[in-house]
Amino acid sequence: MTTQFPVTNEGADGTTGPAPVDTSTPLLEIHDLEISFTTGSGEVQAVRGADLTVYPGQSVAIVGESGSGKSTTAAAIIDLLPGTGKITGGSIRFDGRELVGAPRAEKEALRGRAIGLVPQDPMSNLNPVWRIGTQVEEALKANGFKGSKADLRARVAEVLAEAGLPDAARRSRQYPHEFSGGMRQRALIGIGLAARPQLLIADEPTSALDVTVQRQILDHLEGMTRDLGTALLFITHDLGLAAERAEHLLVMFKGKVVESGPAREILADPRHPYTQRLVASAPSLASRRIQTAHVHGEESPELLAHHADEPPAAGPATVVETKNLSKVFQIRGPRPGSSTDFTAVDDVSFTLGRGRTLAIVGESGSGKSTVANMVLGLLEPTSGSVEFDGVDLASLNAKEAFAFRRRVQPVFQNPYGSLDPMFSIFRSIEEPLRLHSVGSAKEREARVRELLDMVSLPQSAMRRFPNELSGGQRQRIAIARALALKPEVIVLDEAVSALDVLVQAQVLDLLGDLQTELGLSYLFITHDLAVVRQIADDVVVMQNGKVVEQATTDEVFDSPREQYTRDLLAAIPGAGLVGDEIAG
Amino acid sequence: MLWYLGRRLLQVIPVFLGATLLLYAMVFLRPGDPVAALGGERGLPESVQEQIRADYNLDQPFIVQYLLFLRGVVTLDFGVDFRGREITEVIANAFPVTIQLALMALVIEAVFGIGFGLFAGMRKGGIFDGTALVISLLFIAVPTFVVGFVMQIVVGVQLGWLPVSAGRDPDFVSLLMPALVLAAVSFAYVLRLTRTSVAENLSADYVRTARARGLNRSQVTGRHVLRNSLIPVVTFLGADIGALMSGAIITEGIFNINGVGGTLYDAIIRGESVTVVSLTTVLVLVYIGANLLVDLLYAALDPRIRYA
Repeated sequence: MTTQFPVTNEGADGTTGPAPVDTSTPLLEIHDLEISFTTGSGEVQAVRGADLTVYPGQSVAIVGESGSGKSTTAAAIIDLLPGTGKITGGSIRFDGRELVGAPRAEKEALRGRAIGLVPQDPMSNLNPVWRIGTQVEEALKANGFKGSKADLRARVAEVLAEAGLPDAARRSRQYPHEFSGGMRQRALIGIGLAARPQLLIADEPTSALDVTVQRQILDHLEGMTRDLGTALLFITHDLGLAAERAEHLLVMFKGKVVESGPAREILADPRHPYTQRLVASAPSLASRRIQTAHVHGEESPELLAHHADEPPAAGPATVVETKNLSKVFQIRGPRPGSSTDFTAVDDVSFTLGRGRTLAIVGESGSGKSTVANMVLGLLEPTSGSVEFDGVDLASLNAKEAFAFRRRVQPVFQNPYGSLDPMFSIFRSIEEPLRLHSVGSAKEREARVRELLDMVSLPQSAMRRFPNELSGGQRQRIAIARALALKPEVIVLDEAVSALDVLVQAQVLDLLGDLQTELGLSYLFITHDLAVVRQIADDVVVMQNGKVVEQATTDEVFDSPREQYTRDLLAAIPGAGLVGDEIAG
Repeated sequence: MLWYLGRRLLQVIPVFLGATLLLYAMVFLRPGDPVAALGGERGLPESVQEQIRADYNLDQPFIVQYLLFLRGVVTLDFGVDFRGREITEVIANAFPVTIQLALMALVIEAVFGIGFGLFAGMRKGGIFDGTALVISLLFIAVPTFVVGFVMQIVVGVQLGWLPVSAGRDPDFVSLLMPALVLAAVSFAYVLRLTRTSVAENLSADYVRTARARGLNRSQVTGRHVLRNSLIPVVTFLGADIGALMSGAIITEGIFNINGVGGTLYDAIIRGESVTVVSLTTVLVLVYIGANLLVDLLYAALDPRIRYA
């Protein structure tokens, strides 16, 4: 089914027939590629002179933060640049053929047949109104599948089964919304490889999935491309993941490839300053508790010892305690009046010590955000209690509840969504102060300035609006707003999950500094164990609403008791590489 | 699904009762005495007026009149109007032509609105798109009767392409111009809705992914852009069926068609509450039916929607 194109870059020698897989001639060769977008304020160059080479059967990863041009480069290969993007210079040669400036039909013919794509977000990349099988069928038919309807159906099931979808024949009759994220991504992988392309572009294929699912999917993708001899161009923001999954690594920064080489070499010996920073801050590669290091100026190994010395029982006083917390939601059934109970949180008890950080870890659907909402007093527990400073939240009257809100503040995952776009930064930070009638207008303004200093933002940011700021800056604003009322506890619900690695490291540093400075206690909700290691003192691991493991961070990382925790730990990308680094 | 359908049909009952009660009250409360007005300038003798009031139960209190009307609905016997015609017959005479007119308008606005909208949305910002937007704005801004009269003069009189008015028992050709006029405003809305929806869907991730798996432009447009874009358009078209039927009143007036519009207008002038309420009730039922149809179509177009 693969289409062979004559290899012309070495000069046609007149041979015909099936060409043997030649691993010395590049399959894809990008040279000096330049891409720009037209915006209201003129041309913006997204890619400035990128070079990259993929040999047949090779796996290459492009690493970079958002805006580095990695996805744009990949989109250019298959001529699917979004919006106003266009190639302004350079060349893309695929299998010896120049693609820049090639007729549309020619590029269209390559898509699917010679170059497959596994897109980023499985939730939005399948058309919700067509059955999964229909969408696989399309891919087969568009790429020259000839055969009867029954053959086609059999082949669809085969493609899905190959991608690791159980019960594929039945599943192919279902719609995307009946699939979980992982299953959708499997279907998309199946579609991407359906026509047996020579190159598969996987653009952040698992960023939207839970870590354990992520690993299964990547394992499968790796196995399939290896068996089929497909070259893999893997795009990710996660250096650990890239190093673990690809032979060859390319680091992109501001539209340029700044470093390129074998994955392990780059990890061990990063040359470019950007790569060095990336390696240093990647949470999955080198993770130690941040906060105390700032206070004592200790090196990491000493720090570990320091923490081990601390007897956890003799820790500081408790600020938040939950006792047998449960939350049951009623889900409306198909018939009027019928409903089923869904237990989101089941008998969860933990304590958050004053000045400490407790991480609640779990995959999506584990109930961790529901716990956060109950601690914040935004959701009423079905049974059990949340005690703040020894007082049960359920016993508070309206006035006391209002006062309680000053002492516990949230920071949410998406800084794009949690800041009102119509509010200036000043208004956003000042709002809680005004709401609780704190100080005069002048005092409030002084407090906002002080808060901006605390989160290391210039005071001039006050007059700006959220859309003028970057994601990291917005999250700093959200933190400043949470700090406005001088709370004792901050609930951080996936607060750094949406940020690029470097920005994430900065925000985590900031949180650590603020904690020592202000004696804050953090309830840190996350799915990312690598981050937990950097910030948390204690860890609660949740699965399906229940607590499966509860211990200090070091205990959980060094000697996890439960299988589920071990699975989560093993799923941290690059976890295996750290051991090598230390050993070597 | 059956539960949903059953529940929706049950909902018809309170809507029907509420609508008829309101309508009946409004007609009852209108100023003036319809029976006194029957005799014109000189007026009818008092005894005759009394007789008519008794015959039509107009001497009964409001609630009794309303209950009598409800009994008529249940037994499908609405009684007779002041001219002695069976009201069921009046309905049967008035509705077919209006339904034909409304359906013709619906087809016109759907075909041209979706077609032009798709074309405009595919090339958003292009010349066709700009022209379509300006023209549709014109249709929305200019009142229906102006469009009607202009069409009559230009297409009917000057060009002579279509008959100027329809008259009694109109055929397809003579209904064509009224249908075009009736469709004009909704056509503009359908065009704009389709255009926005298509333009939005074109940049959807699954469209890009569909192209990445090798589908060509027409396949992507037909299978992935159009179907998804039609979901909001179908909602609008369904709700528009009812609006077209009541909106036909003006158009029927311009083109001299004896449909629901004309009949209803006459009945209101004469104060025949039963006729008015009966005709309007049928319109209400058409609205409800159209909405139910839309919801079912919606589920057919979008498998994510399951009625629970």
